[in-house]
Amino acid sequence: MKLMVESTIRRNQALTKDIFQMDLMVGELARMAKPGQFLNLYPGEGTMLLPRPISISEIDAEEGVLRVIYQTVGKGTALFSKKKPGQTVRVLGPLGNGFSPQTGAKHHLIVGGGIGVPPLVELAKQLEGTVEAYIGVRSEPILVDRLQELGAIVHVATDDGSRGFHGNVVQMMEATGAKGDALYACGPKVMLRFVTKWALENNIRPQVSMEERMACGIGACVGCVVKIKKQGETDWQYRKVCKDGPVFYGDEVVWE
Amino acid sequence: MIDTSVNVAGVVWKNPVTTASGTFGSGREFGEWVDLNRLGAVTVKGVADQPWKGNPAPRIAETYGGMLNSVGLQNPGVDYFIQEDIPFLRQFDTKIVVNLCGHTVEEYCAVAEKISEADVDLLELNISCPNVSAGGITFGTDPKMAEYVVQEVKKYTKKPLLVKLTPNVTDITEIARAVESGGADGISLINTLLGMRIDIRRRQPVLANKVGGFSGPAIKPVAVRMVYQVAKVTNLPIVGMGGISTWEDAIEFIMAGATAVAVGTANFTDPLATMRIVSGIESYMEKEGISSLDEIRGIIQ
Repeated sequence: MKLMVESTIRRNQALTKDIFQMDLMVGELARMAKPGQFLNLYPGEGTMLLPRPISISEIDAEEGVLRVIYQTVGKGTALFSKKKPGQTVRVLGPLGNGFSPQTGAKHHLIVGGGIGVPPLVELAKQLEGTVEAYIGVRSEPILVDRLQELGAIVHVATDDGSRGFHGNVVQMMEATGAKGDALYACGPKVMLRFVTKWALENNIRPQVSMEERMACGIGACVGCVVKIKKQGETDWQYRKVCKDGPVFYGDEVVWE
Repeated sequence: MIDTSVNVAGVVWKNPVTTASGTFGSGREFGEWVDLNRLGAVTVKGVADQPWKGNPAPRIAETYGGMLNSVGLQNPGVDYFIQEDIPFLRQFDTKIVVNLCGHTVEEYCAVAEKISEADVDLLELNISCPNVSAGGITFGTDPKMAEYVVQEVKKYTKKPLLVKLTPNVTDITEIARAVESGGADGISLINTLLGMRIDIRRRQPVLANKVGGFSGPAIKPVAVRMVYQVAKVTNLPIVGMGGISTWEDAIEFIMAGATAVAVGTANFTDPLATMRIVSGIESYMEKEGISSLDEIRGIIQ
């Protein structure tokens, strides 16, 4: 079940120079949302035809509010960043399948790269057991305080060494001897690939949230595909990030 | 009293609005918002005799007022379609148009033969997809090949056959006449225009396939012009499409000579686009005192 709503913006503020946090009043849509799912945000401007798929960062079911955190990467997201509280944006969701908290797991690892961190926040909130977060960014980490508030132990790696571990997130996990019995990751494809490798070597079946260019967001256009080979299948198939994902098991992704 | 119904190659639709193949899945994806009973017909995503994997991603790029796609007709094959999608669509009071694709004449014939046994209303032969290396557009750009493939496919089916034309030709009327003489029962046009976008920072094409099909409001004037030209040289019913996103757009196509219209890229911009267009046509007819679309069809001389 998905809903389309004309959502009123409650807050829209900059977290860094190009990352924004927007709280959307979406009513009962919020109650349907799960961590790792995403929303279509429609620019509603003639020359920009396609909705922007943006992950849900936090869910407030009671208030009917969803928080999204997005980077201004083009004209559409730049347009959203200029919206003021009280203005509206058309929203469709919740879309895709989110993360599935691994039953029986006591120590969860969440691994985020860059703008892949936001969907992990709601997950951290909902996981039972201890949560350890490994965050990799170029230089300026986001959401560290928020994750700590939620009780997660947070490790930060920066490419330029300006903060925390100097290197990438997987190097940090190796260097610090990360341990856990479940792993959930979101970030650039290359990061997800190496996180998957690390997880499988450590006997964890990772859940990874993939990204691809989309048109419809609901499984109709077959644009946003990744190569997936499910357990027991003899050959890979292109599966849809929007509908079959965005979360897949890392061992089922054909990395290339 | 208005009558919105239209007759497309002997099949009566309750209204002239269908979906453009590849933009609406098999209807299921939109069924949560769109009342499929309100559509004249659902034109489903292209199916082939066997499953096709499609092209690598990225397959999608937005452009000014339009978009590019290079999906490459990924589909699970006709057997899956017959089993899963026809029973779903038959729950609704709408006609089913099945878009057929192939790499060779034999493949087109094979899928046409299989689907002819199934409970569908019309076939749409896709000889115009720009995203597959063999078949697809190679049949749609050569009048002799176009005529030949239509002749052959007609031997394997009794269902009314629409032939979907590509705009990537010098003279669209030549191809239209060729498929008419091959035995087509109707024509749908236009498929996408071949386009390209380059990411100047990465110094790479945006699409993995480098080039793709250009669609959306930006191409509408090309589509209206081609429907107009084709309507002048053939008596076949035309399903017009290309950038339709409002009821006014739909009426333009009908005035240019289209019997029916298909909504494509607009389904992505607004999942309720088809519903808006159907209602818009109804209120337009009421306001203007038009009792049948025959009164305005092809009125542009």
